[in-house]
Amino acid sequence: MLQFLDAEGKITNKKGLPKLSDKDLLRIYELMVLARGFDDMAVKLQREGRILTYASLLGQEAAQVASAYAIAEEDWFVTGYRDHGVWIARGLAMENLYMYWAGDERGMRFPENSSPEKLKGLPPAIPIASHIPHAVGLAWAEKMKGTKNAAVAYFGDGATSKGDFHEAMNFAGVFKIPCVFLCQNNQWAISVPRSRQTASATIAQKAQAYGFEGVLVDGNDVFAVYKATQDALQKARAGKGPTLIEAYTYRLENHTTADDWKRYRSEKEVEEWRKKDPVARLKKYMEKETIWSEKREKELQEKEKTQVLDAVKKFESVPPPAPEDIFKYLYAE
Amino acid sequence: MNLVQAINNALEQEMERDKSVILLGEDIGKNGGVFRVTEGLWQKFGAERVIDTPLAEVGIISTALGLAVAGMKPIPEVQFDGFSIAMFDQLYNHISRMRKRSQGRYHVPLVLRVPHGGGIKAYEHHSESLETYFCHMPGLKVVAPSRPYNAKGLLISAIRDPDPVIFLEPKRVYRAIKEEVPEEEYEIPIGKAEIVQEGSDITLIAWGAMQKTVRQAADDLADKYSIEIIDLLTLSPLDRKTIVDSVKKTGRCVVAHEAPKTCGFGAELAATIQEEALLSMKAPVARVTGYDIPMPMAKLENYQIPDAERVAEAVEKAMKF
Repeated sequence: MLQFLDAEGKITNKKGLPKLSDKDLLRIYELMVLARGFDDMAVKLQREGRILTYASLLGQEAAQVASAYAIAEEDWFVTGYRDHGVWIARGLAMENLYMYWAGDERGMRFPENSSPEKLKGLPPAIPIASHIPHAVGLAWAEKMKGTKNAAVAYFGDGATSKGDFHEAMNFAGVFKIPCVFLCQNNQWAISVPRSRQTASATIAQKAQAYGFEGVLVDGNDVFAVYKATQDALQKARAGKGPTLIEAYTYRLENHTTADDWKRYRSEKEVEEWRKKDPVARLKKYMEKETIWSEKREKELQEKEKTQVLDAVKKFESVPPPAPEDIFKYLYAE
Repeated sequence: MNLVQAINNALEQEMERDKSVILLGEDIGKNGGVFRVTEGLWQKFGAERVIDTPLAEVGIISTALGLAVAGMKPIPEVQFDGFSIAMFDQLYNHISRMRKRSQGRYHVPLVLRVPHGGGIKAYEHHSESLETYFCHMPGLKVVAPSRPYNAKGLLISAIRDPDPVIFLEPKRVYRAIKEEVPEEEYEIPIGKAEIVQEGSDITLIAWGAMQKTVRQAADDLADKYSIEIIDLLTLSPLDRKTIVDSVKKTGRCVVAHEAPKTCGFGAELAATIQEEALLSMKAPVARVTGYDIPMPMAKLENYQIPDAERVAEAVEKAMKF
């Protein structure tokens, strides 16, 4: 498993360590803190009945943010329903995400709040795995048009059990599509463990059967996630085809706010993974490197809180959608 | 031209006109497709635009979504109707509602070509009539040509349409009807039915391959009744006005289709007519359809597919009601 940064925030491996400037690292950290703050608030909003059932990303901040940070503006990305960190890192306004998860379709009307050219993402897919081949098609089109753009598909370990995953991987391999498959293996598909999804030793190894490279990385290590995504995208741009990345991580929260993880996994297991927290890990590293301080941490926490509260305020001040909106966007006007 | 040639001709001309038009499917390349509809196009446009895909219906339709969103005009082909069922997840959950889910930011301008219906003595799962399923997915358009001329014009319109279109090709008509088809490109508007024969006693409605059957029935009864025939051409969005105006005039209607009766498209037509033309009706709308059974294998398929005799009986019954 590719790892540069261990749970204690120590660099364990310098060979291939990606060149991330202090500025990049601080930005990644900031986005991870923001994603976590967004997430924490979303769970609270759900508990108060202010948004709908919500799928928490807690524990997957590095896998989402560090990979999304490697995506270029002109690249496509396609996500599932837990990938809020990807959207935040790609620049979607948080009030849009809150709107969407509160059941307001207009949350996906994002050009008003976010620069459209810089946000080439399809709306989050709610069904499992059926969006993976969309990324293949998007990337295929870029290849046909002769651009250097790629696409990244985000999905989980559960999705690898579905036929859509197979067909997407197979097409990508056959046609050498500039697509990156980013599997966040968070160990649990609701209550079913990874061992029930596949008898393969790793998910990454499945790529071999499709004729391309699979990489297993520590999904809680921003360096490893960033490096793997960056390498895969460079490979894609160079016309060398797809890559499967297995970001080995953990879902620290319930599947959704309608779930209770105590029914199917032990406190001890979750506790062990809390020690591998991706956000705390990067913070430790930055402190060691003296590019971070308690003072700056405090400032960031304040800033994050303000941004999140501001997003909540904005989303809750949007007037309700008009009933006739249900007829919009069915066909071209 | 026959219907195969007309579709081939439309594909060729649209591919020449628009570089973003690409074909993808199983055996459509060098082999020209199992029905030879794409014959010669691989040789002319190359393997980059006439793409032989892996044998995977979901892969074909789902990558077509991505291709379409990113600016291509994919025309996926499914080899036989029965195999399009595997594509329903993509059609229902994604393709039909991408415009809506993205609030108009993305759209999916693809045309799924489906050789459709029975009557060619094929294997199981090769002779299905699935129009109701497609029509029950808001956001799709469903087009059903019946002859070479309208097949060409409708396909060109479908390719130029900004929304996803299901193009149902009546496979038993593929080589059964030959007619003059203009060499130049022309469009037949989607969403408009055609009155192919005017009459005053009764309206016959059919689409696709059944159009030939109802015309046969009308010919057989030509001496007795003045029969109006509507060819729907587009099933969704449905041209209700043409139907209602006709039935208001004739007061009687027979609908014919191959699919099973229950929840078949004829039910939608009958409901539309009773909603909008009840007081003009002199007899109930008759449905001449397949029975509520899975499509039989080849030896018995012609008992399932309504023939001109069954249509004529329904006309007689309506006239004597």
